[in-house]
Amino acid sequence: MKPSPTAWLFLTPALLVLGVFFVLPVIAALGLSLTDYDLYALANVHNLRFVGLRNYWELLQRPLFWAALGHTFYFVLVGVPLSIAASLGSALLLNSPLARMRAFFRTALFAPVVTTVVAVAVIWRYLFDTKYGLVNYALAAIGVHPVDWLGDPHWAMPTIIAFAVWKNFGYNMIILMAGLQAIPPELYEAARIDGASAPRQFWHITLPMLRPTLVMVMILTVAGYFQLFAEPYVMTEGGPLQSTVSVLYLMYEEGFKWWNLGTASAVAFTLFLVIFMVTTLLLRLARRGAGA
Amino acid sequence: MKPRLAGWLVNGALAGCAVLALLPLLWMLSVSFMAPGAASALPPPLWPAHATLDNYRTLFALNGMGRYLVNSLAVSSAIALLALACNLMAGYAFAKLRFAGRERLFQALIGALVIPAQVAMLPLFLLLKYMGLVNSYAGVIVPAMATIFGIYLVRQYARGVPDELLEAARIDGAGEWRIFVQIVLPLLKPVMVTLTIFTFLAAWNDFMWPLIVLTGQEHYTLPLALASLAREHSEDSELMMAGSVVTVLPVLALFLALQRHYLQGLLLGSVKG
Repeated sequence: MKPSPTAWLFLTPALLVLGVFFVLPVIAALGLSLTDYDLYALANVHNLRFVGLRNYWELLQRPLFWAALGHTFYFVLVGVPLSIAASLGSALLLNSPLARMRAFFRTALFAPVVTTVVAVAVIWRYLFDTKYGLVNYALAAIGVHPVDWLGDPHWAMPTIIAFAVWKNFGYNMIILMAGLQAIPPELYEAARIDGASAPRQFWHITLPMLRPTLVMVMILTVAGYFQLFAEPYVMTEGGPLQSTVSVLYLMYEEGFKWWNLGTASAVAFTLFLVIFMVTTLLLRLARRGAGA
Repeated sequence: MKPRLAGWLVNGALAGCAVLALLPLLWMLSVSFMAPGAASALPPPLWPAHATLDNYRTLFALNGMGRYLVNSLAVSSAIALLALACNLMAGYAFAKLRFAGRERLFQALIGALVIPAQVAMLPLFLLLKYMGLVNSYAGVIVPAMATIFGIYLVRQYARGVPDELLEAARIDGAGEWRIFVQIVLPLLKPVMVTLTIFTFLAAWNDFMWPLIVLTGQEHYTLPLALASLAREHSEDSELMMAGSVVTVLPVLALFLALQRHYLQGLLLGSVKG
């Protein structure tokens, strides 16, 4: 087959869109983060000055930046393991030969994934209402005092994590189910003949065979969870006491509320670096673990 | 453990999970039919005492929900169709056409997937401002017209198209464009459906970029309208739930109708590339 000159005609629309509206802005973001682009520069570009790494340096000295980074890590460190545990648990249940009405259960468990974050976050706000919410009402039945879920700085982030787990676990559940179905049934057959119990089968067959899928799912989920934004925007507006300000929430406020586009770009790039480092580290650890 | 007991446990656990997954959505539907203020009572009512459509009437008559619904439909449909065209052509070219640097370019695109979209948003806003596209539907649509994920999805699928088929058509003297339209596209129908519903749902549910680029209410999509309603009317839970129903129901219905295609796309897209 010889090279086809028309290939570039097929590629041009997509590459043009990606080049102009993604690649170019990403490069520009790096440049922007080295300037003091603000409201004055927005009005007249001559007010723009190159400031080197000053935005980054000032960011590192702002308590709110560290707080936002801390909240985001909290969300990722607690939210990702809980999400994956929920996904794995439901995938195992759905994949069990004893399960009935699989198609129905799969659809029901997946439904939250396709819903609109903003709309379901609004629902959760009312479900977790201190006075009239169903959650506190149910808890009162077993003697728990009302909790101010979204108004208490200690409870706001856990509530957002619970929301994220509910909203997202179905996605990985589908991927993990496919992984489970790819495990050769002969392995379980042999284990049963050797008299291995169900937990031992899970530990010695299911988990090792599922490992590549689990690693992929974990890395994608970590990268996704670092981009926390809509949940605090709708559920708490970053509060109470800024306890749910995430890195992206900070970027949004800096950039589009205060119009400090230089600082906001530095925030965005820092987040990118953090995501890149964490996912690379996880990938390395996973590879080393697989070699051992 | 006795098999019968195990069966009860598995199905009981599944039923419990299904209740947890669906309860918030069913509660939303139920409250949306309650009279204003009825949901704020103790004990919290599960069913409307007198079902009413008042909340929906208020939303459409006073809060302009009809306009936001049309905005959402128009913007999401435009994105789905334009992205379908761009991604189909590019994905097919990466799968089946020869050109210099094909593999390297594709690897570069896959590598770019690690960059979070939000990094591009600030300069993108400035770019669109200079182009005069801020606060217009085009501002939401244009940057979404091609996606790396979509190109990847089409490429994965198009690799299954037999080369002999294309070669035979070329020997018969058919042009590349005719081959694409008459031979390749019919074969790509399943991935076209998958990609369209994927893109449509993503566009419908998108929040951050429309929030940035749409500055005036008249262009708002449903998630934006709902978020701004939630800030103004946070006490009116019945009204807010009706708004949530209007926002969620179309995508949920679309998903239920085309579930198989959606889940296939999810799996095709998650295979390690």
